[in-house]
Order: sequence, then C-alpha cells, then structure tokens
Amino acid sequence: MSMAAFTVPSVAHAPSDRNSLDEKISVRDLDFFYGDHRALKSINVPLYRGKVTAFIGPSGCGKSTLLRVLNRMYDLYPNQRATGEVLLDGENILDPAQDLNLLRARIGMVFQKPTPFPMTIYENIAFGLRLYEKLPKSELDDRVKHALERAALWNEVKDKLGANGQSLSGGQQQRLCIARTVAVKPEVILFDEPCSALDPISTAKIEELIDELKEDYTITIVTHNMQQAARVSDFTAFMYLGELVEYGDTTKMFTSPSDRRTQDYITGRFG
Amino acid sequence: MALTTSPLYAARRRKNAITMGLAFLATAFGLLWLVLILANLLWEGFSGLSLAVFTQMTPPPGSDGGLLNPILGSLVMTTLAVLIGTPLGVLAGTYMAEYGRYDRVTMVVRFVNDILLSAPSIVIGLFIYEIMVAQVGHFSAWAGALALAVIVVPVVVRTTEDMLVLVPDTLREAAASIGLPRVLMITNVAYRAARAGMLTGVLLAVARISGETAPLLFTALNNQFWSLNMNAPMASLPAVIFQFALSPYKEWQKLAWTGALIITLAVLTLSIVARLIASKSKSQ
Repeated sequence: MSMAAFTVPSVAHAPSDRNSLDEKISVRDLDFFYGDHRALKSINVPLYRGKVTAFIGPSGCGKSTLLRVLNRMYDLYPNQRATGEVLLDGENILDPAQDLNLLRARIGMVFQKPTPFPMTIYENIAFGLRLYEKLPKSELDDRVKHALERAALWNEVKDKLGANGQSLSGGQQQRLCIARTVAVKPEVILFDEPCSALDPISTAKIEELIDELKEDYTITIVTHNMQQAARVSDFTAFMYLGELVEYGDTTKMFTSPSDRRTQDYITGRFG
Repeated sequence: MALTTSPLYAARRRKNAITMGLAFLATAFGLLWLVLILANLLWEGFSGLSLAVFTQMTPPPGSDGGLLNPILGSLVMTTLAVLIGTPLGVLAGTYMAEYGRYDRVTMVVRFVNDILLSAPSIVIGLFIYEIMVAQVGHFSAWAGALALAVIVVPVVVRTTEDMLVLVPDTLREAAASIGLPRVLMITNVAYRAARAGMLTGVLLAVARISGETAPLLFTALNNQFWSLNMNAPMASLPAVIFQFALSPYKEWQKLAWTGALIITLAVLTLSIVARLIASKSKSQ
C-alpha cells in the first residue's frame, strides 16, 4: 500500500489564530481511574470558547471517558475518580464541593443513543426549563418552540407536540435531545458520538446544527468518524491508549500531523 | 452428498420430532388438570351465583344466605394491605435500584426479601398473631390487613427493583445531563419508564393476597355478621370458603364453591389487566 492511495478528508475550516482564543475549559494533568485501571494519563488540553473541538481515536482510547469527566457524569458510578484539574472559566470543577446539578446545567450533553424521556415531545423540553425558571404558560410555549427551532425539529413536530418523544425516528429523537439540551441554555455542549446510530441524512442535519450552535456555545464532540471531525471541528485532539497524542488546528491535524501515530490513524492504518 | 439426505441430519430430525412430541405431551398433561379444576369450579360455582350472594350475609347452617360480609371484608383488608405494603415496597425497591445498587446492604436486603417472598404465608400469620393478636388479646381486621401487607411488601420490592434496574442508565445520564437532581430523575424519568412494570407488580401482589387463607385465620379470624369494626374479627372470602367447604351443610358447601369462583374470576381479571398494561407499554 502506498501513501498516495489515501485521500485526506476535506477540511472546511481555515486555521484560526490561537492567540486571540479564550479558554472556556482547561484540562490540566488529568488522570482518570476505573478502580485501579488508569484510563486517562496526564491529559492537558484547552477547549476554546465558541469553537468546536473534536476528540478522535480508536475505541477504548479514553475520549468518551474524558467527555464524561467534563460534566462529572462519572460521579453517578462507584469506583471512578479523576485527579488533576478541569477549569471551567477558571474554576476547578473537580472540586468535591462543586454543585453537580448546577455544573451539568452549564455543561449539557448529547449521547450516542438518542435518550428522549418517556413523556411527550413538549414535556421533554419543558421539563428541563421548569427546573430553573418559573415561567408562565405562554412563555414556556415560546421557549419550547425556540428550542425545537434551534434543533431544526420544529417543522416536523409542531403538529404533534403531545406525542410521546420515543415515537419519533432515531434522527428526530437525537434532535429532540439537542433541543432539550439547548433549552436549558448551557455554556458548553458535549456530543458523545451523536451520529453513530443515525443514517447519513440525519447525520448531515446534526452536523449542520453543530455548525450553527457553535456561534453561541463551546462545543466538544467525540467521534469515530474522521471525516465528521474534519467537517465540523476547528480543533482536533487525537487520543490513543489513554494519552493525548496530538492536539491542534483541525486543518493541520488532517493535512500534516506531526506524530507518526496520528498519521497512521487518520490514514486508516489502525483503529 | 446433499445435507438433507445425510444420516446425521435424519437422526437429528428424528430426535427433534421425539423431543417436540414429549414437550407437547407434558404441556397437555399440565393443562389437563388446570382445565379440570377450572371446569369443576365453574360448574359448581356458577349454579350458586345469584343476586343474594352479593346482598345477603353468611347464613346460619341450614338456611339460605349470601357472601356480602366476607366479600366486603376481603375488599377492606386487601385494600388496606396494598395501601400499607405498596409505599413501603416501592421505597425499598427504589433504594435498592437507584441509591444503593452497588451496596452490600442492598445485597443483604435482596436476599432477605427473596426469603420473605417464598416464606409460607402461615408463618406470616403466626408472626402477626404473636406480635399483635396475642398482645392486644383479640383477633382484628387490622391484624389481618397487616399480615396481608407483609405478603405484599416483598412482591412489590422485587418488581420495583427489577423494573427500575431495567431502565437504561443512558436515560439516567440524560436526566443528570440537564442538571436534574436525583429525586426528580427518579420520580419523573425512572418511575415513568418503569411505570407499567411496577403497576403490574402491585396487581400481582393483590392477586396473591386475595386467595390467602392461612395468615387471615390467625389474625382477622372470621365473622358471621356484618362488621366494619377494624378492631374486631372480620370475615373474608378465603376464611369463609375454608369454613364452609369443610362443613357438612349443603348450603354452606354451595356458597364455598361460589366464593371460590368469585376469587378466581377477580384474580383472572387482575391478571388480564396486568398483561394489558404491560403489553400496552411495550408497544409504545
């Protein structure tokens, strides 16, 4: 096999000037343990405000684990712990005193499998809204509509808001979950392989959406699909065996990676 | 050689036919007795069914009457037992599935609960007799309801825990991901997802206690008369069936058959309702 046979995925974004960037989240010397197993090894990575950062790497490399540290989702389970620092606007969220509900309201998450709640489409979104604000019915309606519009789902569901959220198609369910996340007005949105269970058309819609959302949110996406990482992200981090191998502008990562392992991965040699 | 003509394949087909035949026979054998029992019950019970059964009290030997007081007694004590047992069972099951899923305590509670689930109900009757009837000095409807509640709890604990464990963790994570406190996640998301199964568990518990005789004989005893006094003995269908069926009087025996039919039909209805709820939620 010759290197010339590989095509580098197209890159939609121009390299950014990193000096003008502002770190929304800074991960510093992060280690993560499942029991005794060290799944993340001294991770250091910035997540820039208003940018999309993609994490790529083979299965088991720790990219989803890293995402689950950012909103402390791992706290739901025993025997999982993180050491090091994750600074959100300069504040360490790994601090045991951190209010987890508040943190998760600020850092939303969209999962691999669509996870609509077992309630109506309307309630799926209104439910989260009512948690933080006491809104009159008309304003609640507006906010639900706005969230659904934001997730490009309004036109498809406006006549059946009372239908069960779980009756929608997979792609619609995933957009409903994005609407639910957006409705709470987080500052950061984490996408954990959001398209791996979806067909190509639904995938294209979600990618378009991510592109629009980054104007208002800091976005992090974990993906197995390298073309997707190249299409939607501004920065890319390549992880392998729990380590962050390389991080940089997406364009540079996909055209001239500096690490041999990154090059092997994006050209399909392993993974 | 073609696969279908190989001797190995022919032998396998033969074995399959024999096994299928045996399974069919075993099923028919099991069903035969069930059908015979039900047919006998329907035959004897329906002939005694009349309006009087639902409007008159249990009669003295040798005269006609109905089953109003035991029907009412069963309803009262079953309802109370469910009202006492369900919240306890749901809370315990919720702790085990949602808060203490990985705890040692949960393992111990689950083990003890399983023992309670299969404990002979007469033991539960004796237990309530010891701690309540013997202490206050008389039988009472409260004691009866309490004994039945002790039977309800483990059934509800088990189904609640099982149904909540079946709720995928991704749904819990999704709830957490919008900043939902755990209590709201449980009441608004997990309970909703497990609703049908939990309700089925309660209905099954009702079906289970509506036929229980032993725990009532030691607690609520029985009552020939109309009584709504919870501190006095109260009639119940199973206890009346037990008493009347063993009596030498034709009228009493007839009423026992009718009572048995009423319980059977009530339990059958509950089971069908439980199935409908379960299948409806599955198709959603």
